[in-house]
Formats: sequence, structure tokens, C-alpha cells
Amino acid sequence: MAQIEQLTKGVLKGHRRSIAKAITLIENNEPDARKIVSKLYPKTGNAHVIGVTGPTGSGKSTLIEKLIRELRKRGKTVGVVAVDPTSPFTGGAFLGDRVRMQEHSTDEGVFIRSMATRNALGGLAKTTNDVIQVLDASGKDIVIVETVGAGQSEVEIVRIAHTVLVVLAPGLGDDIQAIKAGIMEIGDIFVVNKADRENANKAVSDIQAMLEMNTERTGWKPSVLKTTALTGEGITELLARTDEHKDYLKMGALETSRKEKVKSELAEAIKQKIAESMIEDLKRTGDWEELTQKILARETDPYTAADTLLEKAKRNQQRTRCNG
Amino acid sequence: MPAARKIRVLIAKPGLDSHDRGAKIVARALRDSGMEVIYTGLRQTPEQIVETTLQEDVDVVGLSILSGAHTTLFPKIMKLLKNEGIDDVLVFAGGIIPQEDIPALKRIGIKEIFGPGTPTGTLVKFVQENAKRKK
Amino acid sequence: MFDKRKLANIQEENEKWDKTTLPIWTRNHPERKSNFHTTSEIPIRRLYTPGDVGDLDYLKDSGFPGEFPFTRGLHATMYRGRLWTMRQFSGFGTAEQTNQRFKYLLKEGETGLSIAFDYPTIMGYDSDHPMSTGEVGQCGVAVSSLKDMEVLFDGIPLNRVSTSMTINGPAAMLLAMYVAIGDKQGVSRNKLNGTTQNDNLKEFFAQKLCIFPPKPALKLSTDIIEYCARHLPSWNPVSISGYHIREAGSNAVQELAFTLADGIAYVESTLERGLKVDEFAPRLSFFFASHNDFFEEIAKFRAARRIWAKVMKDRFNAQNPRSLWMRMHVQTSGCTLTAQQPVNNIMRVAFQSLAAVLGGTQSLHTNSFDEALALPCEDAVRVALRTQQLIAYESGVTDTIDPLGGSYYTEYLTNEMEDRAMRYIDRVDAMGGVASAIEKGFFQKEIADSAYKYQKEIERKQRTLVGVNDYTVERDWIPCKLLRVHPTVEEEQISKLQKMKKERDNKKVNEALDKLHNDADKERNLMPAIIEAVKAYATLGEITEVLRNVFGEYCELIVV
Repeated sequence: MAQIEQLTKGVLKGHRRSIAKAITLIENNEPDARKIVSKLYPKTGNAHVIGVTGPTGSGKSTLIEKLIRELRKRGKTVGVVAVDPTSPFTGGAFLGDRVRMQEHSTDEGVFIRSMATRNALGGLAKTTNDVIQVLDASGKDIVIVETVGAGQSEVEIVRIAHTVLVVLAPGLGDDIQAIKAGIMEIGDIFVVNKADRENANKAVSDIQAMLEMNTERTGWKPSVLKTTALTGEGITELLARTDEHKDYLKMGALETSRKEKVKSELAEAIKQKIAESMIEDLKRTGDWEELTQKILARETDPYTAADTLLEKAKRNQQRTRCNG
Repeated sequence: MPAARKIRVLIAKPGLDSHDRGAKIVARALRDSGMEVIYTGLRQTPEQIVETTLQEDVDVVGLSILSGAHTTLFPKIMKLLKNEGIDDVLVFAGGIIPQEDIPALKRIGIKEIFGPGTPTGTLVKFVQENAKRKK
Repeated sequence: MFDKRKLANIQEENEKWDKTTLPIWTRNHPERKSNFHTTSEIPIRRLYTPGDVGDLDYLKDSGFPGEFPFTRGLHATMYRGRLWTMRQFSGFGTAEQTNQRFKYLLKEGETGLSIAFDYPTIMGYDSDHPMSTGEVGQCGVAVSSLKDMEVLFDGIPLNRVSTSMTINGPAAMLLAMYVAIGDKQGVSRNKLNGTTQNDNLKEFFAQKLCIFPPKPALKLSTDIIEYCARHLPSWNPVSISGYHIREAGSNAVQELAFTLADGIAYVESTLERGLKVDEFAPRLSFFFASHNDFFEEIAKFRAARRIWAKVMKDRFNAQNPRSLWMRMHVQTSGCTLTAQQPVNNIMRVAFQSLAAVLGGTQSLHTNSFDEALALPCEDAVRVALRTQQLIAYESGVTDTIDPLGGSYYTEYLTNEMEDRAMRYIDRVDAMGGVASAIEKGFFQKEIADSAYKYQKEIERKQRTLVGVNDYTVERDWIPCKLLRVHPTVEEEQISKLQKMKKERDNKKVNEALDKLHNDADKERNLMPAIIEAVKAYATLGEITEVLRNVFGEYCELIVV
């Protein structure tokens, strides 16, 4: 209990060590983590969460470094969560995004944390969200989340961030055309970085064309901007645009999207809790191992097994109710 | 249920020394053994290294230096770690560090110094066995 | 080169041998390994015969020394006429200490100077900069201003030596200091002989001593090339380096290919300035490592000359025969030295330097046996120098040109090195050149992968490292006391610097720095302004700071 109190207090005061320790508990899915996040929840909701995604080589980290620089100039405090993939083979990860931002490591107004995906299918969004809550509660004005830029987590970021930046660079090998449709739908602002390159303008018009084709999207009209992160060109315009998006969200869209988010968060939390508790029970009764063997022997399949279990669980519940 | 605990390691290059072949090989070997490795990049000040240790809440810090500046930089780093109250981190070092300097470095809290030719397996084992588990 | 019928006959007999004599022997005497290959993964056959070089066209592929394609040597008489320059990379502590070391080495027979600067100097920091703490004089000599340089060359007439300076980011500043000293000594600028490494491209993926971002870094390198072409005709403005690429972990083919790719980039950059290729190409020079695989290294050096000559002739249309010359300096490989049983390093260096000589180098540095532990002590560096002298005077290999030419293995391997290197160069071209490839992390990944692979081979004992993974000893032996740079060097330097700053004409300094800033903004060639600033005793740090303000700083793209 003492630890939870101490850490919560520390986070709210903005103590770096408490923030770091709280994040570790969250990453490791410790039971204390839940309690801390619950305690901090009422104090969240102030930070503007900006998600940054895009393919490797687009210059995300350099761009973020320049954003931090500019935000600090304006007196804003910044939290950064940089996510890198865990190797499915070794379970290890190389977290190298921080290198680009090291200049800010000794700035008290900046907190940078590197996270590995840890192959948490679907769970990554939750963990990242909790980490964001901690940074939010610690008083950071902006929280930037940099993701892997490939696969599931790109799309998950929509559930986590208020504003999603999709960073692309011309001539990366894959044409803008090859960019997956999924990304086009989640981006609020599209950034063509390395804009000093030849085909930058073409990249911008290609993206605009693709955005125009997506007629389903209502509300916010995604912008396409050019930046040259290396020199800092375009950064002020980019921040102006993210501010615009924040204002747009505040006007009502935020509430709607927040409601959606909360609903999905709740659903996720319930799902996880139920699954955890059920699986624990099953492991205890030996059903878990038994079913696994049956599935391996192809005597049943996972879905039928799940149905069976749910039936069993319901019957158990009724029985308990009757008896109770 | 708690997720699989990972050992988080910081590999740092203090000072101006730009030889990073070894540091990168160590980083890769530790990653391949299932650890999460954060690399600071080159030319880190003691302040940057300690601040990173704190924010990333790492279990282990590996310092790589070949320039001879360890006599000045390592004591600085250890002192700053102490000031921040960081007492649960395993610190080790590698590079070109004369034998005669090793006792003094161990006294200030650097658990082990690994010279040129150390097999990566030895390092991995050392970290696995000595990384202090977080409370 | 061989008669077609005779060749076919030899092939036939070779196959017979493969099927008869060989298996009879290997049945009871298996080979040591199932797989033999060079560091670059080139498979090594058990025997090389005329069949392996059947396509060799002597006149086209080998030729004669001093003539295109220079495979057999740059000059018509090679070492019969003039030995390679024995040029030991040296520097530590203060300028006085290094000046002593220079004089010692010159006395012991070295024939060229090579300066090792400390890390602060290399990064453009003065000895009193916060980043310099603990580093002053540790890895090389501390030079913060012209004053230090003057002490460094005290008693050394610049018209009687050639000096190589391993300096990249601040190369212009150190070159300016050398010019200033030459001016003071009354030596004509035409006669200033030496080299500035000035290879900023490789810093981004190998040595990592970058100060400025890629574009301004390349601009500075080109400024020096242009300035030398016009004003310092005896100076080699750039030493396009493979050494650091190799030390960072690449294999021989990668070292060769990436260096040549850099060379191509420098030529292109200078042509863009408006110079004609023959105006500057004759003064481009190269720097390679000499690593353990004896024959692979020799083939590498020969292939290097041949490829560069072809590139200059065909790709850049050079007319002056000197533009086709690949003049090289070689250093024996530092990363092959072991801390265990350091005396073994003497033999390693001996084999590696022999390879460099048989490969036809123009200049050579031999490492000292204690360098895996410290900077070289006097005794160790003397042994290193003697290694060169032994080869030069006792071994007899210098009495004829390219003695390994015609060896089936050597010629085969030279061809392989050339083919494989060219494939890499084509890939770099397809990526849009060196700058793009750097951005994509191409070189970095190749190097990191090769380095990791090499390490794993040693750990799996697929590659024996004598004294390290085999033939180890409990009690080691080193026949000399290791060099240590006294920490007082830092205090000394700092007080000297403070004193100089007080005594100089600070108004003049500020004017010079302003002019430099102006020139940098206007994208002019910065050498003249830097020479003026240096002569006014502006410090290295002050000048670099001006340039940092204009160009910005750079952080590397990490690839592990």
C-alpha cells in the first residue's frame, strides 16, 4: 500500500523516479500497477496525446526531436513514449529511438521512455495507454507516442492518441501508393518528411489524391504537410496544425471520440479481467491442460472448446446462485 | 497475471570515444538473449547517462570506453547515480581499461570490467546472474 | 594467357587428380575444416591452377608497373627505386611530448610524420571545453590553437618532411595551422607536403567522428580539395579511408567497395564545384587496413589499383595518367591485436605489413604490440618501425616488382575482389550514391552484420584467435611498461590556453571569426578565412563553434 501511495504522490508531483517506477510496474503488468493507474485516472485528461507513426526511415525520431525542441521553447512540458518491436524469436528488443532525443534527456521538462512491444497482442494499446496516463497525470502538456510503424500497432494508435501524425518520406523504396489503406484512414495529419528530396511534392499530391478518394471520412479534414526534420523546416506549421486539431477535438469531437475510447477501454478491461480469471480457474481445475491436449489431438477446436467452457461457467454460476 | 519480466539494459558510451563496434555487438548479444537494450548513442555526458538510467528504470548499465577517460568519467557517473538514490542497478564496463585501474573502479561500485576478447556469452551470463531484480 | 589446348589438358589432369590422388589421400587424412573461406566469404579452393586464371589477359588485366591498369604497381621501379614511406601514426599528451616522439621516430628511421590528435581536437573542442574533461591528451596530442601546433613542429623544418594528419571534421583548421607554420618558416606553399584525412563521408558510418551534418561536411571536404588544387599543389587534400570501415567490422570486399564508393562521391562532389577532373584527381589518396588473411589483403590492394584506374578512366574520363593513380597508405589492423599475449602482436603486424608491401603500398604504419592495452611506449613503437625496416632491407621482397603477380591464387583472388567490390559499387549507385546509402543505413547494416558474424565465428571457435579462444596462458608477459598519459596534461593545457587567450589580439580574433561566419553563410570556400582566423590565434574550438552555428550538428543513424 505504501508503495502505491508513494508512487502516486510522486507521479502527481512530477518526480522522475516515481514516474519511471510506475511505468515499470505497468509494463510488467503488476497488480499494483492497476491500483496506481486507477488512483491517477481522475487527474488525467490534460495532456494532448500525439501519436506518431510511419515506416522506418521516414525520420520519425528526428521529427519528434524537433517537435520537442520547439515545444520546450514555448514552455510546454513533454512526455515521450517510444515503442520498438520485441523479436518474436529471442524475446529481446533493441530500443534505439532515444538516441535521437538524447539532447533533451537532462531537460527536466522532458521525460522519455522506451518501450518494447513484448508481443502483447492487443495488449500493447492498453499498456501504452496506461503509461500515457502516468505521464499525463505527472503534468506533461504533450505526450508523444512513437510507434513501430508496421503492422497492428500502427492502427492501435488511434485508440490511444488524440492526434495521429503519419510520417512518410519520398523515395523510401516503396511508393506512396504502396502505403497500406489502413494508415490513410487513421492519420489526422500527414507529414512528408525529408521534403528537400526531389519527389517530395509528388508525394504530397499523391497523398492528397488518396485522401480525396476516401469519402467515408467525416469531420476533420486531414492535412498534408512538408517538413525537413534535419533542419527544422516545417515544424512550426506542423505544431500549428496539431493545435488546430486539438481545438477541433475540444469542440465536441473529443467528447465523442473519448466516449468511444472509454467504451472500448471498458470492453477491453472487462475482456481481459474475465479471460484472466477464467483461465486461472481452468488451470487450477486441470481443464486448461485437458482442453489443450484435446485440441492438439484435433478432437475439438479452440472455438468449440471456448463455447463448452462458457456453458460450463454459466451453469456453475446458476448453480451457485441457486445454492446461495 | 504479470507479463514476462524482461531485463532492461542501458548500453552507454561516455565521453568522446567513438569506437562503438564492441558496444553494438554487446547490445545485440544481450538482445538476442531476450533482454531489452537501450543504447544511448555516442558522446554521452555522465549526466545524460544517469538521467537515462533513471527514466528508463533499467536494471543494468554497461559502460563502454576506449579513450582512457574512464578515470574521470566513471567516478562522476557513479557519484551521480548515488546522488539520485539509484542503488539497485548493476553497473559493468568494458573497453580499454588498464588492469591497474580495475580495483579502484570496483571499489566505486562497478561490478566487473570486461577487456578485449571477452566472449559475448560470458557477458550475457554475467548480466543474467547479476542483474538485480526490481522490487 | 594460356594456350587453349594446353589449358584443356591441364583441366583434364586436374579432374583426374580430383578423382584419384586426392581421395586416396583424404580417405585417411581428412582436411582440417569442411569449409575454407576468406573474411569476405570467398571460398578458398584447395588448389589453384592455370584453369582458374585461364581468362586472364596479361596486357589488359595486369599490364606493367607504372601503366594502366596499375595492378602490378603504381611506378615503373616500385621499391627498387624508392621504398614506401615509413610513417608511424603518433601523438599523445602535450605538443612537447609528441614533438619528442616525432624526433625519436625520425631518428630511428621513419621517413614521414603522421599526427594522432586527441578526441577533443578531433571533435573541434578546445582543451578547456566541458566535453574535454578527462580526454585531453589521452588518445593523441592536444592541439587547441596555432600555438600548440608551433610547439609540435618545433625544430622540424616543413620543407624536409611530409606530414599526414588524421583529422576530419576540423581538417580545414589543422591544415590552416600547418600552412601558417610553413609561412612562418618561410617554406613555399607549393612545397608543403602532406595529407589531411578529411574524409567526412566515412565518419557517418564507420569512424563516427562527425561534427556537422552530411551536406556541410561534404562541402568542407570539397573546400579543401578545391583549395589544394589551386594553392597547395603538393598536398593530398583527402585520404579516402577504408581502414576505419574495416575496423568497424566490415570484411575485405566491403572495405574495398565502400572506400571506392566514397572516392567516387568525392570526385563527383568536386566536379560539381566546377573543377576539371585532372585538376584535382592526381592528389586524391587512399588509406586501407592490412588485416589477417594474407593473400586476401594482397589481392585487395591490387584490385583497388585496378578498379580505381578503370573508374577514373571510364567513368570520369580522366586524361592525365596521374589521375588514374591510386596512391595508398596502409595501416596494419588495430582490431586484430590482442590484449592477451601482446608479444604475439609483433608477428601479426609482421605478416600484415608484409602483405601491404607485397600489395604495393606507397606508405605504411605498423602498430605497436602494446596497442590493445595502451598508446605505444617507445620500445614498442621502435619494434614496429623495425618490422618495416626488416622487410625493406632483409627479406629481399623489395628487390623485384609485384613478386606474387602470376600466382594462380593471387590473380584469381584479385579478380574475385574486383568483381565482388564492383557489385557493391553498383548497388550503391542504384541507391542513388553514398549519401543516400548512408541515410538508408546500408553501410551501417553491412558493417554491423559482418562484425557480429566475425565475433560469433570466434566464439564458436570456427575462427581461431591465438591466445584468446585457444592457446591461452595463465600468466601473461609484456616486455615493457605501458604508457600512461599523466592527468596533469589537462591542467597544463588549460592554463596555457587561458594565457594565450589573454595575450592575443582579441579584436583581430573576433574580426576573423566574423569574416568566417560571413563566408560560411555565403557558401564560399572557407579555407582562406580559416587560415586568417588561425593566424590570429583563434582557437580550434572558437572556429568550430562558428561553423556549428552555421551548419548545425549531427547525430548518427543507429543500426545494430
